[in-house]
Amino acid sequence: MCHRVLVEKAVPIAREIYLGLVLDRGLERVTIIASAQGGMDIERVAHTSPDSIVKEVVEPAVGIQAFQARELAFGLGLKGKQVKGAVAAVNGAYRAFRDLDATMVEINPLVVTEAGDVLALDTKMSFDDNALFRRPAVNELRDYTQEDPREVEAAEHGLSYIGLDGEIGCIVNGAGLAMATMDLIKHAGGEPANFLDIGGGASPERVANAFRLVMSDPRVKVILVNIFAGINHCDWVAQGIIQAVGEVNLEVPLVVRLAGTNVEEGRKILAESGLEITGTEELYEAADAAVKALAAVKALAAVKRGAPV
Amino acid sequence: MTILVDETTKVIFQGFTGDKGTFHAKEALAYGTKLVGGVTPGKGGTTHLGPAGVQHREGSREGDGSDRHPDLRAGAVCLRCSHEAADAGIELAVVIAEGVPTQDMMRVKRYLLRYPPEHRMTVIGPNCAGVISVGKAMLGIMPGHIYSQGRIGIVARSGTLGYEAAAQMAKYGLGVSTSAGIGGDPINGSSFVDMLKLFEKDDETDAVMLIGEIGGPQEAQAAAYVRDHMTKPVVGFVAGLTAPPGRRMGHAGAIVSAFGDTAAERPR
Repeated sequence: MCHRVLVEKAVPIAREIYLGLVLDRGLERVTIIASAQGGMDIERVAHTSPDSIVKEVVEPAVGIQAFQARELAFGLGLKGKQVKGAVAAVNGAYRAFRDLDATMVEINPLVVTEAGDVLALDTKMSFDDNALFRRPAVNELRDYTQEDPREVEAAEHGLSYIGLDGEIGCIVNGAGLAMATMDLIKHAGGEPANFLDIGGGASPERVANAFRLVMSDPRVKVILVNIFAGINHCDWVAQGIIQAVGEVNLEVPLVVRLAGTNVEEGRKILAESGLEITGTEELYEAADAAVKALAAVKALAAVKRGAPV
Repeated sequence: MTILVDETTKVIFQGFTGDKGTFHAKEALAYGTKLVGGVTPGKGGTTHLGPAGVQHREGSREGDGSDRHPDLRAGAVCLRCSHEAADAGIELAVVIAEGVPTQDMMRVKRYLLRYPPEHRMTVIGPNCAGVISVGKAMLGIMPGHIYSQGRIGIVARSGTLGYEAAAQMAKYGLGVSTSAGIGGDPINGSSFVDMLKLFEKDDETDAVMLIGEIGGPQEAQAAAYVRDHMTKPVVGFVAGLTAPPGRRMGHAGAIVSAFGDTAAERPR
C-alpha cells in the first residue's frame, strides 16, 4: 500500500535526458552516465545505441570538476543556458551522492523545458546500508511498511533473510554458504524457500528465532539447516534447534548438516534429543535428503487427499 | 614462501584488547603466528597476552618492526585505521571488520595510490575471514584446524564457503598452501586477480581454487585473467545461481544489479 505521494505541477517538456550516478565496482569510483534518450530504460539504450551514452568518472579526492559536468552537457547536445542548468544538476546530484552515502542516483528524466530550464522530474536513489549509521536523515525516510515484514523482523534479530518462492526452508551461517546451499538444493531438483544467514557467533536464541522466521512461511514443507562453524559453535546451534523445535511445534521434516567447531558435541546433543532429524556430514547429501523429504511429504499429502500415487 | 604471510611475518593487531581481538589474537598465537604487539587507543605501554600492547602512532613500524596486522575494529573507523597503517609503512593490512561504508573503502583504495607500488600497503578485506598460510601463520577468524597443509591456494569472497572448500579438500587428502578471503563487500582491498597473480608466482602453490559469488565484475575479470595469464590450473565456483536479481544476499556486494552480474552469466 502507498503512504506518501509527491504532487508537482506539470511542465511543458522540450527534451528528456537520462542522468545516472553509480558506484562503479570495476573502476572503484563514482561514474556519471548520461544519455540523450531520457525516459527510457538505460540498460536497453546501452545495448541498442551505446554511442548515445556519455560518461565521466569522478576522482573522490577532488570531486566532480566543472569541466567534467560541461563535457557531459556538451555530449548531450545542450546549448547556451541549458548547459548551465545541466552543470548545476550534475553537481547537485554528485553532492547528494557523496553526502548521503548513496550507491546510486538516477534522474530519469532530467528535462529541458520549452523555456530552456533544466529540471529533475523523477529521481531514484539507493543508499549504502553500511553508512546509514552516519546518515540519520536518510534513515528517517525509511518506510518499513513498504518492506517484506519477515525481512524487517529478521533484521531485528540480527538475521539476514530474503524470502523466495520454493518449499525448502534454509537456515545457514555465512552469506556465501547460504547461497551455495540454495544452489545445491536447486541442483538436487528442489527450490529454496529463502536465503537466511544466521551470522557469526549465533546464540541458541538466534537459531530459535531463525526457525520461527522460516516456519512463518506457509510454503515451507522441509527445513534444511547447514552450519559450518568457525566463529559459531555446533553445540550452540544444536541447542538452538532443540529449543526451537520444542517451541514452534515443528511439523515438517528437518535435515541438519553440522561441521566445524564442536561438531561432535553438536551431533551428540541432537542424537540424544530424540528428535526426528536427518543428519548428514556433507552439504550435497543434505540437499539431496531435503529434496527427498519434500517428495515424501508431497506423496503423503496426495495419499491423504485420496489421489493415486 | 607462501603468499602474503608465513611464519616469519611479524603481526600487530589493531583493536587488540577487546573481546573479539583478544579471542582471535589467542588463536593466532596458538597457531604459531608471530604476533609482536597490538594497538588500542589509550593503552600504550601496557601488556596484553604477553606481547607489549603498544599504542599505534605514526612510524610505529620502526619501533616494533611489524609489517602485518588484522584489523578487528568496527567498520565505522576503518577509513582512519587504514590511513594510519598505510602511513606507518605497514606492508599488509587484513581487515576483518564488516560494515565499512563503501565510499570509505573507495577513499582507502585511492589513498593507497599516493605511495609507489613498492611501498604501497596491500589491503585484504574488509568483511573477510582473513588469511591463513597453513601450518605457518593465521591472520583472521577462521578455524585453523580444518586446513591441512598442501599445495593448493584458495581465494574466496565468503568465509564459510572457503572453510567448506578447505574441509572438503582435506577429506580427499588435498592440502592448502594459503587461503585468502577477499571479502563480500562491493569494493575489496585486493581482488581475485591480485591474489591469482601472487599464487601464479608462489613456488609453494601448484593450483588455485577460486570461490566467487554474484555481484560486480571481479569473477569475470578473474576468469579472463586465468585464460590469458595463468599457467597453473584454476578451479572456479560462483555461488548465487538461485539468487533473484536486485536483492542483496547478505553480503553488501552480493547483488545482481545489472546485466552481466548474475551467477548464470558468469561461467561463460
